[in-house]
Amino acid sequence: MRVVLSNTAGVPLYEQIKQQVGAAILSGELAEGSALPSIRVLARDLRISVITTTRAYAELAAEGFITTVAGKGAFVAALDSQLMREQLVRQVEAGMQTALDAARRAGLHRDQLIEILDGLLDAGQQEAAPVTGQRPEGLTTVRGASL
Amino acid sequence: MSTDLAFALRGVGAAVGSFTLRDVSFELPMGYVMGFIGANGAGKTTTIRCLLGMQPIQTGQIEVLGHRVPGPAALRQDIGMVLDHGYLVRDWRLSQVERALRPFYDTWDGTRYRHLLDEFGLDPRAKVKDLSRGMTIKLMITVALSHHARLLILDEPTSGLDPAARNELSGMIGDYLTDEGHSVLFSTHITSDLERIGDYVTLIHDGRIVSTGTKDEILDSYRIARGGPDDLRDPVGVELIGARRTPFGIEALVRTDEADLLDEAVVVEAPTLEELAVHIAGPGPRHTPGRAPESGSDQAPDRDAAPRQAHPTITTRRIS
Repeated sequence: MRVVLSNTAGVPLYEQIKQQVGAAILSGELAEGSALPSIRVLARDLRISVITTTRAYAELAAEGFITTVAGKGAFVAALDSQLMREQLVRQVEAGMQTALDAARRAGLHRDQLIEILDGLLDAGQQEAAPVTGQRPEGLTTVRGASL
Repeated sequence: MSTDLAFALRGVGAAVGSFTLRDVSFELPMGYVMGFIGANGAGKTTTIRCLLGMQPIQTGQIEVLGHRVPGPAALRQDIGMVLDHGYLVRDWRLSQVERALRPFYDTWDGTRYRHLLDEFGLDPRAKVKDLSRGMTIKLMITVALSHHARLLILDEPTSGLDPAARNELSGMIGDYLTDEGHSVLFSTHITSDLERIGDYVTLIHDGRIVSTGTKDEILDSYRIARGGPDDLRDPVGVELIGARRTPFGIEALVRTDEADLLDEAVVVEAPTLEELAVHIAGPGPRHTPGRAPESGSDQAPDRDAAPRQAHPTITTRRIS
């Protein structure tokens, strides 16, 4: 697990940990069921307060990224859990929104966008099959957006 | 008595010569590190001496690891001390330190002692007086860890340490706290030590507790206000704490809930622990110890007056 904290980012330390661990889980870098370092070991290694790491883990747990088992520690939650799925869909929507904003500035039309998306999907298919396996329902919300 | 608290002071008053601790109340939950911040002479060491039962108190009560202080002799075994003055005989070799201290502790772990000396690069044949400041602190921590102390009290451990040694000490504290039954009270006037590792913070000034709570709560409850030369002249409803005025402007600490009342031209920002410590310690460099309490609502309590309702425990003690 990789956590790199910035003192000048203007983002609270607990939020930085939450974002980075959350991103590692969504990207699959931290596999489902794998153990996270304990709150106290993480605090020691990052040289930050126990309260800070406790808050980061509490928020990760509240958002469904991890589950905490009393006396055993924290584990990466199952990827197919409802909350995790929402996180992924949210990430897809955010990425799509960024793409749409850029497309609007570039003056791309809907057809051209779909062409790009199909192109990317085809390219992805050759590298890793699971990406095109099924489309999350969250994508339908993008379809209604007008350019 | 709560067993979830590392220690608690309630309404503690103590007089040492001309210095007085007044109505000192704060507590630390077990498993955390508290920074105890104050200027030189604010009362940090006196408070710690009260906590350790080394200084008699006139009012209030103190609890450490679930025992009332002065507690049973066994309580001493659970407390590790790192004091700003060495308490070890200067001519002892480090191997003799073990032989001298071992009889006082039922849980002394000689293997651990020798292992830690080795890990910290301390030579068992060296004499206490030949150790550098950083090495002496490592030795005192080694002693505390060797008798399995559950509460570590460090009085100004970082004064005189270089940045690398201070960072190393932060690491040792983090290591110690991986056991959630361990707690640390850490007095300092160097606030940067606590910006990251501190869970709780207590600010003391002139023998009185100014603020205590989690570090984030404390930082959230104050703001730094900066304005031009003509700003912040007697603002209504806002107490300026430790105001420092120069020909170019003014800087002062204010309470967050009062900050909204300030003029829009004034810059209002979240403070650092250092700024808190500086402003709470008094206005500017010409601060003298005998000066009157902060302006505003501060009513000087009569030290002989009956304790206020904030600590009803005292009356129950008198009845029993």
